[in-house]
This record gives sequence, C-alpha cells and structure tokens, in this order.
Amino acid sequence: MSLLELNDVKVHFPIKKGLFVDRTVGYVYAVDGISLKVEAGQTYGLVGESGCGKTTLGRAVLRLVDITSGEVVLDGTDLASLPDKDMRTMRRRLQMVFQDPLGSLNPRQNIESILSEGMAAHGIGANQEERREKIRAILAKVGLPSNALSRYPHEFSGGQRQRIGIARALVLEPDVIICDEPVSALDVSIQAQVVNLLDELQEELGLTYVVIAHDLAVVRHISDVIGVMYLGSLVEEAPSDDLYAAPKHPYTKALMSAVPIPDPTVEEARERILLTGDLPSPANPPSGCRFHTRCPWAQPKCKEERPQLREVGEGHRVACHFVEDIESGLLQIGTERAAVVPAARTEQDAVEEAVAKSAGTKAALEAEDAEAMADGDADVTPADARSEAEAESETESGPAASDADEAPASDADETSASDADEAPASGADETPESAAPAETAPAETDPAETTPAETDSTESAKDSSARGA
Amino acid sequence: MALLSVDELTVTFGARGRESKAVDGVSFDVDQGQVVGLVGESGCGKSVTSLALMGLLPDKGVKLGGRADFDGNNLLTMSRRELRDMRGSQMAMIFQDPLSSLNPVVPIGIQVTEILQRHRGLKGEAARKEAAHLLDRVGIPDPARRLKEYPHQLSGGMRQRALIAMAVACAPRLLIADEPTTALDVTIQAQILELLKELVDEEGTALLMITHDLGVVAGLCDQVNVLYAGKVVESADRHELFAHPMHPYAHGLLESIPRLDAPRGEPLKPIRGSINDRIAWAEGCAFAPRCDYYTMECLTGTPALTEPAAAGHQVRCVNPVREPVEIATLDAGDATVTAHGGKNA
Repeated sequence: MSLLELNDVKVHFPIKKGLFVDRTVGYVYAVDGISLKVEAGQTYGLVGESGCGKTTLGRAVLRLVDITSGEVVLDGTDLASLPDKDMRTMRRRLQMVFQDPLGSLNPRQNIESILSEGMAAHGIGANQEERREKIRAILAKVGLPSNALSRYPHEFSGGQRQRIGIARALVLEPDVIICDEPVSALDVSIQAQVVNLLDELQEELGLTYVVIAHDLAVVRHISDVIGVMYLGSLVEEAPSDDLYAAPKHPYTKALMSAVPIPDPTVEEARERILLTGDLPSPANPPSGCRFHTRCPWAQPKCKEERPQLREVGEGHRVACHFVEDIESGLLQIGTERAAVVPAARTEQDAVEEAVAKSAGTKAALEAEDAEAMADGDADVTPADARSEAEAESETESGPAASDADEAPASDADETSASDADEAPASGADETPESAAPAETAPAETDPAETTPAETDSTESAKDSSARGA
Repeated sequence: MALLSVDELTVTFGARGRESKAVDGVSFDVDQGQVVGLVGESGCGKSVTSLALMGLLPDKGVKLGGRADFDGNNLLTMSRRELRDMRGSQMAMIFQDPLSSLNPVVPIGIQVTEILQRHRGLKGEAARKEAAHLLDRVGIPDPARRLKEYPHQLSGGMRQRALIAMAVACAPRLLIADEPTTALDVTIQAQILELLKELVDEEGTALLMITHDLGVVAGLCDQVNVLYAGKVVESADRHELFAHPMHPYAHGLLESIPRLDAPRGEPLKPIRGSINDRIAWAEGCAFAPRCDYYTMECLTGTPALTEPAAAGHQVRCVNPVREPVEIATLDAGDATVTAHGGKNA
C-alpha cells in the first residue's frame, strides 16, 4: 500500500460578498478532484504554473487549508476526517519546507528555539539538553555549524536559511516532507547545494518527499514520479524519465518545450509549441477539459466532456480524450491556437559565423583527441570527429559555408591553428569538409518535414535509460 | 562603432569611508541588432549597471566612474534634460516586475500615449490609434478595450507585453531588459522571449538582456558577459561560452544547474559557499574562496581579462578551466546526433 494516498481531493474557496451578511457568490476551484499515490521512500514531484493549485494541494495534505471533500490517507489513516487534536499529533509525521526561508522563520527566535519548539510540542526528548544534542546532530547533517544554535535567522544566508527550514522538518523524524518550492528563492549556484542535500537526506533517512515546484528541470532531477497540474487537476502523471522523453498531454508538451535549456546548440535544434493566452480563472473554469481553451489540438468533444485520468502506459496516466490520435498524427496541431516555432532558427549570418567558428574550434579539439588515439590517418580524422560530435553544427554551418566559402574556412584555420598546434592538418582539411555539407543541409533543415523535437527527446531518453541500466 | 560602448563603468554606493562598489569596472559593447547578455547571481551588479546606463540611480550617495558612450555621447555625464530626451525615444527599459512598474491608478492607454505625446508629439485620436497598434504589435488581443483597462485587470504576461509596448513605442535603438521574464511562468516566458526575438530581428533594435537564467541566455543572446561581484569574469559568444566555459565560476554554474535533457540520477555539482564568501578584487580574485582551482597566484591582485584560447573569448582568471562542461558535452553530443538522425528519418 502506498504511504500517502489522495482520493478525489477538492479544495474550493468560497468567494464572499456583502457588507453585513456574507453571501457566498461562487467558488474558486483551487484543487478540483485530485487522486494520486506517493510510495514510501519515493519523491513525488508536482509541477504546474502559478495558479494551478499545486501549493494549495500541498497545504491541503497537511490540512493547513480545509479540504472540501475527498480523502488524504497517510498510512491507513484518513487525515481529512481526523479531529483537529489528532491531526496535530499526526503532523509530526508530515512536515513542510516552505518557499521563503526568511519569511517562514521567526526573526526573534534563535535557531535552537525554532528547532526545539516542535520537538517539545510533540514530546520528543525528555529535556532541553537532550533536544539540544539531537538538534546538533541534525544541524551537522544539513551542513550547518553547531554554533548556529544561538544565532538568529537574519545572520544566515539564503541557502543556510533553507537548510534551517529543512532541519526544522527533520528534527521531528517525519515520514513525509512536503517541500513547497524549496529552491526557487535561491541563487542558481546555491540551488544545487540544497537539491543535493535533499537527495542525500532521502538516501540516508529513507524519507518520502512531495516536491512542489514550477521549475521542471529541478523537479525532474529529484522526483521519481511527476504529476503535472493544470487549473486544479492533474493532466498527466508519469515516471520522470518518461515524462520528459514522451510527454503525452498537449499541455505537458507545450510546457516541456517552453523550458529553456542552457545549451545554444540544443536550443536551436528544438521545436517549440508556443501557447497563446493565459491561464483561465479558477473561479470560472472552462467547461469540459480545462485546457481546451488553449489546446492546439482541441476538438468539439473537449468542450463538453471532462477527460478523466487514464492509464496509457506503465505508470503513465493522462487526462486527454485524444492522446492516441495526437500520438499517431491523426490529429494535427491547429496553428490558430498555438504558434509552432520550428527548430534551427539560424538565418542570421552573425549566428552562422559563430557556429562555424565554434565548430572549427571543437573540430580541432576533437582532431587532437583522435590523433592522440592514433586511429586512422590525418585525412580521415577531422571528418570523423566532425560527423560524430558536430553533426548538428554541420547543418547550421552548411549555409554559411555556401554563402561565403572563404570566411568560415579561414575562421576555422585560425582557431585550429591557435588551439591545436599538433594537428596542423585539420585546418587545411577544413575547407572541403565544411563546404560539402552545404549541399545536403537545405534538405535536412526543412522544418515542415518532421518534428525533430519529438524524435529527439524519445531517443535521448532511450539513451539515458540505457545509460542508467 | 558600437551603438553602446561601456568602458570601465564603476558604481560606488555609500558615504566616504564606508563605500561599497556594486559595479567594479565593467566594459562591454552592444552593436545595432545585437543581443548582449549580462548574467550573474543576485548582488553581482547586473541591475545596477542597467540603472546606471539609464540614469535612474539617485544622485546622492552614488558615485559613477568610467564611460558609457551611446552613439558617441557619454551617458554618465549627460544633463538630466538630455537624458530625459534620450530615454524612451533612443533607449528604453523593460523591468522585471510589470505590476510595480506600471502606475496602478492610470489606465494602460494613458500610460502608453504619454510616451507618444512626449517623444513623438502625437495627440488625441492619432495617439490612441498608435497606442492600439502598439498593443496589437506586442500580441495583446482586443487592444481597443485593453487601452481602457487598469494594470490590475491584465494578467502578468499581458502586463509585461504592455510594458514592452511602452518601451518600443518610439522605436528605440537600444532596449535594456532587466529580468523581463523572471516573474512569469514558463509558457508565458516563452511567448515573451519570442516577442523580444522578433523585435530584434525585425526592427534591428539592440538588446541588452540582464538575467540570471542561463537557459534564457542560451536561446537569445549573441554575446554573453558573466558578472561576478561587480566585474565581468568571462565574455564570449554564446556558442563558445556554453561549449567551453573557462572561468571556474561560469563553468561551475553550468555544471550545477539541473537540465531537462540530461540523464538523471547523478548528483549535481554545486559551487561551494555563497556570494558572501569573497575577497575584494583589489586583493585578488573575488571568486577564489569558492573556487576549486585556486592557487596562491589568485591572491596577488586583480586578475586581468585575457584571451587564453579563442579570439574574442575573454576570461578573468589566472588558471582557466580547460575541460568542457561534463554534463553538457555528453548531452549536447547525444542531442546533436539524435537531432541529426531525426531530421534524416
């Protein structure tokens, strides 16, 4: 049985009006029927844009907001129907790490007082001395010095404060920790430290996490299973490798393609689905499928009938009527709803030159390696190196080479000469090599021909799973 | 000549004796139609640089040094009057938080026409028409209705579009965008970035992009400057920078961010410590306390910007990293091969 199970959880906030008598005029459907299972020792990631209800769902699990209907089952106990008093003792097993580490720590309490408060409330440790010992051990675990005990939150940096927030959750020895945007307030270089810390703690203490975040790359990194939320409901749930490799729901597809990847080569080779418009108001959600107003594949049926989550692969659930049709290409993307930005947008000469230049540098480096390994003669090595590692750059440098045969060639000459004195041959060989792909390039970069982004991701995922195994 | 040429810009805050240098000798050029990125973490001086260029820093308690030549005129020594004529018409800025940079009690229409009146002398119906056209240009549906609405009635993405409409109202030659997408969701961010790309491509506007997001930089910027503690530590063409980051900080940043397309399961490689662990540039390399490669040489004064490998790839480090980013190369290799295969299929 799963450690934490949510059955059709709904959280509706009433909209009140009136001066003396509160009349309820409507509801904000923040969370609207979510069912999911979190296995012990696993990390469940919840992603979605702002306003999709992911934070409310996290708070509902802890009953920090009232659950309108549905069940939250932790280890066989339904939390939704638990009396407040019992819920309070239950919270020892369910802890939360908040987004804003400064806002969630009392500025007038020192660290010892912050961390021991919960322990005293739950009767952990016979006296303060015992608690202090325990806190010291936990602080060491999260990478804080033990002299932190007598200091105050403002004396710490953002990353350290988040460590305190994690320590506060850990001192109660919880089963499940709900992390609400644990790293989004931190600088990039600090994010990695906190993500690694969460990973290490899970391994060491066998913790179960529910991670709520909008940063897909972070969530994918730490989660085993990811649920994608849109306007209060789950639209897709899958093991995290699957979700990136083969997103099935139209919303997930658009979301994945919108996340920028810090690599210019990948960025240019990717196809994007640009959604038009914004998230509709959760107070007045669209009929039928919540996403139909923005879905590029929307059909009349989507407007009328709300799709339920259904299994389409192992552990892969999708709430869409037409997954199979979209997959098989039976349904084509409607361009009036979304702009598809094709891959390889490198028309500008400046960019092309840059690509050709970096290709030259890389080719020279590769040639160096190849030479060191001494397989093949000097005439073949640059070609090999290029075709293996620079296949993509080739297609882009192709047109540049045809425009001006001289320019990229001389660029490559310069860089390879300065970079790799041992491989003088590679510079000379560059000219025919970089000119050759120009003939094939136009045919390959036809955006209408295929959808490279999809084939891409499937294959790279195969690769990564192969590497994992 | 470059449209904007910043040379050894320094910005010092605070009274004598308790000064702190937020920007410590930053130099870069922005050409017509070029997108230049300033990347760094909070506190590295990237926003202060942009405010200094726009003349938006307060007069008191701030000392400016160096030069910033826009079209041959030094922005730092211009009179308020001259600057007022420049801002909006020649150069414009897009801010991070669209809600707090729009006046909440004035309808969008009036805020847009204000600029048209001030710089282009348009009035009445002509101004309103032009404003509607501008909103339409940045992709706001039903512009005539939106002109009458107040900022709180627009969604976040729409507000940012309105702000962009105001910035491009007089077809400025330089746009400065300070974290224009940080407050937005990813799908909206993609829309806004696409819009900025379009503007640059079609109008030939120069764009100075200030961001902490390396993913945004990878997709948009031609030239990238990485800032650390007020100085440029690495400057290169984006392809060169992402393929061969040479400063340990840039290298570390690229290794530390989780990538959507990288294999899972490997722990990330964070940079040690935090931005508070630094030494003054005068005494050595500010990054040395967090650096894995540091030697005693790093503590003997400010390292100079050099070009150790390729032309145009400047690095401020005595001991630059030679090996490429591990995750990135592994993956870029993969992606390129599969992308290629995909296109052939």
